[in-house]
Amino acid sequence: MTKFQLITKGLIKENPTFVLLLGMCPTLATTTSAINGMSMGLATLFVLVLSNMAISAIANVIPDKVRIPAYIVVIATFVTLLQFVMQAYTPAIYETLGIFIPLIVVNCIVLGRAEAFANKNSVVDSACDGLGIGLGFTLSLTILGLIREILGSGSAFGFKFLPGDGILCFVLAPGAFMVLGYLIVLFHKVTAKKNK
Amino acid sequence: MEYVIIIISAIFVNNILLAQFLGCCPFLGVSNKLSTAVGMSGAVCFVITLSTLVTYLLQYYVLDPLGIGFLQTIAFILVIAALVQMVEIVLKKVSPALYQALGIFLPLITTNCAVLGVALIVVTKEFTFGGEPHMLNLVESVVYAFATSVGFGLAMVLFAGLREQLALNKVPESFKGIPIALVTASILAMAFMGFSGLV
Amino acid sequence: MAIQSSFKNMVLCLFVICIVCSTLLAVVYAVTAAPIQAAAEAKTNAAIAQVVPAFEGAPIEATVEVDGTEYTYYTVSDNSGVAGYAIISSGSGFSGPVQVMVGFYPDGKIYNTSVLSQAETPGLGAKCVEPAFRDQFKEFDPAVKKLSVVKDGGDVNAITASTITSRAFCDALSKAVAAFDAITGAQLPADSVSGATVPEEGQMSETEITSQEVK
Repeated sequence: MTKFQLITKGLIKENPTFVLLLGMCPTLATTTSAINGMSMGLATLFVLVLSNMAISAIANVIPDKVRIPAYIVVIATFVTLLQFVMQAYTPAIYETLGIFIPLIVVNCIVLGRAEAFANKNSVVDSACDGLGIGLGFTLSLTILGLIREILGSGSAFGFKFLPGDGILCFVLAPGAFMVLGYLIVLFHKVTAKKNK
Repeated sequence: MEYVIIIISAIFVNNILLAQFLGCCPFLGVSNKLSTAVGMSGAVCFVITLSTLVTYLLQYYVLDPLGIGFLQTIAFILVIAALVQMVEIVLKKVSPALYQALGIFLPLITTNCAVLGVALIVVTKEFTFGGEPHMLNLVESVVYAFATSVGFGLAMVLFAGLREQLALNKVPESFKGIPIALVTASILAMAFMGFSGLV
Repeated sequence: MAIQSSFKNMVLCLFVICIVCSTLLAVVYAVTAAPIQAAAEAKTNAAIAQVVPAFEGAPIEATVEVDGTEYTYYTVSDNSGVAGYAIISSGSGFSGPVQVMVGFYPDGKIYNTSVLSQAETPGLGAKCVEPAFRDQFKEFDPAVKKLSVVKDGGDVNAITASTITSRAFCDALSKAVAAFDAITGAQLPADSVSGATVPEEGQMSETEITSQEVK
């Protein structure tokens, strides 16, 4: 696979949210608005690229039996690093996303990529892979957030275009499950047609 | 009285799965069968309560006095991972029957965000259970953790029951599997919203 | 894998990784500590500037204890004396504390409010941060009006479908009023003077209204 393919495959073919169904917790919890979804996606992208690079660099010197704890420590380090940077420079977003920033540590996407790709590929390839999957994650979270925001609050990216409240349910928990469910159906439909 | 409020709030009102979205991966992943859902809930219940107890002590008696609060995330996840391993080993020796029931779920729990989530919530968030906002003390934390995991189990078992019934019905091709499960979860979450305002 | 999974190797490897990672974090922590504190201060200062009338110099931080609870407050002054107080207080909302900074004129009327932190439901209780709700507390005189929602017989219009949050907000404000009384009660003579002081230039219309009413 070329580097370009590595980056673009995460958008549709191996989209972490719609196809691989990984990282459901932040997907459902932080997408109350398009901006929140996008911030969460970018935060995960940051951790994903760095941890993929670090793990592919050190994979050869880690004994096989302790590789999972070693990966977790590396991932947790980058997550904590991200916490400090966000707290210092984007405190408002840090507060909105709250506990879901430290919880990137247990996001299956990050550990999954480390185990499935980074530990047997070069540093540059792993960075591209992390970038691709991260972008796919960001894209799907933004779409999900956008739909929920439009339906639930009558605004998009914070710009209000409908007066009143919107259908509140879509900002709350049930809306998260429902919109994600229908989006996956739509995604299946579209990709199935393409394959025919 | 306060403990009653904590328990009701954690199980029903702020259900960890349906209101806080922590632990969604097992919620969608292993809820096909009622029996596996019960096993998973039992294991989660065990690990969440134990790990919250340990991480609480770690935070207030090790990290804070040493001024290394910045290692919180790493320390917690390592403690949880080690604890899960230990529980597995002990269970294998002490109660093979229980190990048989819970064993296969234990390795999955390390990356269950409900466990790390509850451990972090307890030491970072202020609570207002029937009084002034305050940080939870040790007993409250453990009660909260236990009640939360019971809430997890409740949602998990209900959902698995629904999905078992669902499997018998005709579902449109594109909806098969996860999408219909998500729509079901949405309706379940709506039902749980009815509890809001209880506390 | 190039490395054998012997006990020595495993321990050594994890040990080295942990040391490297903690060192890295310690360094980053030290580097970002100052910006994090600056960001927190900037947030507090922005909130203070929003909730009190125009002032000069830096706000003075202090604490006051009322009924066993400690409140942090900031006193701001202009060239004619104390210009206002900003008191941090909180109430029990729907999903956790609602922390509010309440700004007072020296005479006890509320100038403005600002929500410092809340975890209320988006679209419902979270509307307490919006001006549509908070604006009713501008120029609110706790001595004349009652700080509770209409449903409870007060003078505050609750957020639609979010009575708990509205109550928490009113509760936070009532506590702030109690704290204000404790603060000004402790330094009564000085304060009663500054409350009646006429601003020299009349920098803000609100300030003029105060002075007229006091006259």
